[in-house]
Amino acid sequence: MPIDIDIAHVARLARLGLSDAELSHYQAQLAVILDHAARVQEIDTEDVKPTAHPLSMVNAFRRDEVRPSLDRTEVLEQAPEHEDGYFRVPPHLETQ
Amino acid sequence: MSEYTLSGARTALRDGSVSARELIDAALDRAAKTEAELHAFLTLDHDGARLAADAADAEFAAGRDAGPLQGIPVAVKDNMVTRGIETTAASQILAGYVPPYDATAVARLKEQNAVIVGKTNMDEFAMGSSTENSAFGSSRNPWHTDRVPGGSSGGSAIAVAAGSAIVGLGSDTGGSIRQPAALCGVVGMKPTYGLVSRYGLIAFASSLDQIGPLTRTVEDSVTALEALAGHDPLDATSYRGDRPDFRTGLDGGVAGLRIGVVRELSGEGFDADVETAFRRTVDLLSEAGAEIVEVSLPSMETSLSAYYLIAPAECSANLARFDGVRYGSRHDGATVEEMMTATRADGFGQEVIRRILLGTYALSAGYYDAFYGQAQKVRTLVIRDFESAYRRVDALVSPTAPTTAFEIGSKTQDPLSMYLSDVCTIPSNLAGDPAISVPVGCDGDGLPIGFQIMAPALGEAVMFRVAHTVEQLVGFEQRPPMLEVWA
Amino acid sequence: MSWEPVIGIEVHVELKTNSKMFCGCRADFGAAPNTNICPVCLALPGALPVPNEQAIEWIVRIGLALNCTIAPESIFHRKNYFYADLPKNYQISQYDQPVCTTGHLDVDLDGETTRVAINRVHQEEDTGKSIHVGGGGRIHSAEATLLDFNRAGVPLVEIVSEPDIHSPAQARAYAQQLRSLVESLGVSDAKLEEGSMRFDANVSIRPTGDEELGAKVEVKNMNSFRSLERALAYEIDRQTEVRESGRRIPQETRHWDEAAGITQSMRSKEGSSDYRYFAEPDLVPIVISEERREEIRATLPELPHERIARYVESGLDPHAASVLVSGEMGLGALFEEAVQNGADPKQVANWLTGETTAYLRKRETTIERTALTAAHLVQMTGMLTEGRLSSSAAKDVLAGVLEGEGSPEDVAAARDLIQMSDTGAIESAVDSVLASNPDALEKLRGGDMKPFGFLVGQVMRATGGKADPKVVNEILRDRAAR
Ligand SMILES: [Mg+2]
Ligand SMILES: [Zn+2]
Repeated sequence: MPIDIDIAHVARLARLGLSDAELSHYQAQLAVILDHAARVQEIDTEDVKPTAHPLSMVNAFRRDEVRPSLDRTEVLEQAPEHEDGYFRVPPHLETQ
Repeated sequence: MSEYTLSGARTALRDGSVSARELIDAALDRAAKTEAELHAFLTLDHDGARLAADAADAEFAAGRDAGPLQGIPVAVKDNMVTRGIETTAASQILAGYVPPYDATAVARLKEQNAVIVGKTNMDEFAMGSSTENSAFGSSRNPWHTDRVPGGSSGGSAIAVAAGSAIVGLGSDTGGSIRQPAALCGVVGMKPTYGLVSRYGLIAFASSLDQIGPLTRTVEDSVTALEALAGHDPLDATSYRGDRPDFRTGLDGGVAGLRIGVVRELSGEGFDADVETAFRRTVDLLSEAGAEIVEVSLPSMETSLSAYYLIAPAECSANLARFDGVRYGSRHDGATVEEMMTATRADGFGQEVIRRILLGTYALSAGYYDAFYGQAQKVRTLVIRDFESAYRRVDALVSPTAPTTAFEIGSKTQDPLSMYLSDVCTIPSNLAGDPAISVPVGCDGDGLPIGFQIMAPALGEAVMFRVAHTVEQLVGFEQRPPMLEVWA
Repeated sequence: MSWEPVIGIEVHVELKTNSKMFCGCRADFGAAPNTNICPVCLALPGALPVPNEQAIEWIVRIGLALNCTIAPESIFHRKNYFYADLPKNYQISQYDQPVCTTGHLDVDLDGETTRVAINRVHQEEDTGKSIHVGGGGRIHSAEATLLDFNRAGVPLVEIVSEPDIHSPAQARAYAQQLRSLVESLGVSDAKLEEGSMRFDANVSIRPTGDEELGAKVEVKNMNSFRSLERALAYEIDRQTEVRESGRRIPQETRHWDEAAGITQSMRSKEGSSDYRYFAEPDLVPIVISEERREEIRATLPELPHERIARYVESGLDPHAASVLVSGEMGLGALFEEAVQNGADPKQVANWLTGETTAYLRKRETTIERTALTAAHLVQMTGMLTEGRLSSSAAKDVLAGVLEGEGSPEDVAAARDLIQMSDTGAIESAVDSVLASNPDALEKLRGGDMKPFGFLVGQVMRATGGKADPKVVNEILRDRAAR
């Protein structure tokens, strides 16, 4: 099956700001890889259930108990920008 | 001194013939002599390591013994977070990032008084098979510095091969422990999925990732796995049963075992020298009393395709958190959306971007069923193939990689050919089964060749037993020739 | 042409667990910013989620109370979208295998009951909070968003109805009854004003009688029951106008602007959304056995519809019973407490569903924000029974109590509303009125009751309105019979 890739749309979904040249570079590479990957479509998988996970485990829970949180100062030290105990980022589009 | 095995060092530390401080000084000295050429490490923690070694010596002096790792220099792959020590997963997007907590595997090392030498180089976010995809420069194979060490746990494999650590910690999503182990002539094993906690392992593909040890011998691998394995309440996919016995029968040989040779994992695309060494080893097993059967696992041929849909799909979500908001690097923008897209395009390397795009595509509306959904069904077939094989045999064997260490730069422009390096190792990740690579010889260029033993889930004991037998039968004694110079 | 509105509602309910959904951070409201955060809820590299067992038990409770099927096995999915207040840039949610499916809630409105089908109830996690701040002085540079992740990862249950709702009033009743259900289960504070319960509505209209659904418009940002009702009414009018002018309704998301009283189209962020759902590989399936399900069912408290039935049985009229149980929050609890402390159920019900509810509506407030307590109700109904308060005076007293002027005794005293029930004093007032009106008394004695009302009025005037009319009546009858 010929692979059609709207690479600009995919890059937008993945929040990757790529130039047109980069986009066409990746599009060509993805086409090759996906052509190989498309072999999965040649396999007869009727009545085969998908496997999301190799484990057959169920019900891994934790008790509803409070555990200590991190020290805010230590956490904010790693932030590119912070202010008054908050992480700071540029404004959202809608608020402009 | 820096070429101790774990069991050798363990004994020497206890009979007083060496101290933890001497071991770490030797390891750091070896690193100092080799780093310029090999670039195994991203961070060397000289001060922290010496402090930990002194503390371990104090424990010995006080008669306290936290187990076989006490005082042992361990190199940790840089995708396991270490409290207070920069952790980047070899990505520019995490340059300078200092985590506020330890990965469970690291915490276990510390509890057992192991000495962390430093953080090792890797392919960015563990995506690659050559350690060339590091944002901080390639690593080099200690056997031949024009060659790659394999990857993505290349740095840890080099550290063990070159004597900068006795144990290396790696992570294996599609072969990232076993393949560099094979290419660097050491033992590398991927445990059953869930045996070692993934908490604090920077996720690549969550349903495939496992932490495991790189060591010089199979017995060391057993010891290291014993130290790492165990239930962790912080990882919901952590195995909850009692830790299985990995060691029993280690010296029992292979007489009476049925060992399957996977037909699909040989032939076209495999180096002749690799094939020869593989066949020779199989013959040795046969001579030692194993019953050798040829096994066909038809799904092996599509497992690579399935893997290159499943792993990127999971990674596309796992790496979404790197957005310049809470930590790591940031590229400014007028809006938060612009900031994120610029930060991510800037901070991720090409291979990472390629896989994020691939995974995003495979999951996106209209393509899910044809790609991701179908890959998950192929995964089921891989599991079924293994299950039916393990009804007939105790273990399966194959070469670890189709080739020996290739030249640096030779595959970087052709992602697909790079992906083919993992054809033998990927199926065990898809199935969640354990597998190990043991060195069994060198090719005509003097580069090591790995032999892979696979076993069913929680079948580590039989896997180690076959591996240990192979090690004894082959008697692989070679060390990287440059070791003499570096010593 | 007449148009029929078709409404489906999605309700997000924050559970009041001690800790968050996937980590041990506190899940409470109002802490200093970024103090309830850890590697997991902040999505630090390497962190992994582990689900809160209590939250799972509670979603099963909710599902059972909504008559849902509890899935023997369900799984979490990742819902992928980038947003600065979503730390992982995916939300752990549920997709095609939620914990609860196909239930219903019977909604009472104006004496009629309609069944609203529940499509699903699923478990997910909340996001952090964004605060948009203006510039730090310079004109172009400094708008910014500040992020607090305390709420990120707090367990959320999403309840999705089928499009079975056909009027704004019905939507409001559904939402209110859902809230009282969740509240009665003890699993959420269900406070709209704190955002622990939030609504989104899908609205479309179709020619009455048509089967096919029109283009669906999602309306967001309704922060009270009143704004839910207003927003829906506005949106239905808007859609009707558009359709009647021959234009089409585009499928879109609209934002309710409370101040302006209108819905506005939200500029779409990236065209159509594509959440790329896939099974969450960090988690394993949730399996709920029949035994476990029944164990949880056994812990269900009295549910609102059961409580309504009990009230009706004890003599309340169905409307009052349903207002107490499903109306303004807190009325039911006040009622129960007052009755337990000896107040007459019918009287308390009347005061709560009548005057009190009207007061709350008018002031747009909630019962918790007023000073009224169960003890006040006990006292006030006692004064009524004793005849120390007339029912018209009681209205004033209640208003004063609600305003925080003190107990009913205090308010009645301060406003001089205590009724004269001292028979002797009233007798002398009656006798002096009769003495001044001998003709009227004659008529009464002769069996002509016409002047009776006039005489009562005179006595009330003479006592400054404080005489208990019942007592006045009795005494007058007694004098007439002599
Ligand atoms: Mg939701
Ligand atoms: Zn947390």
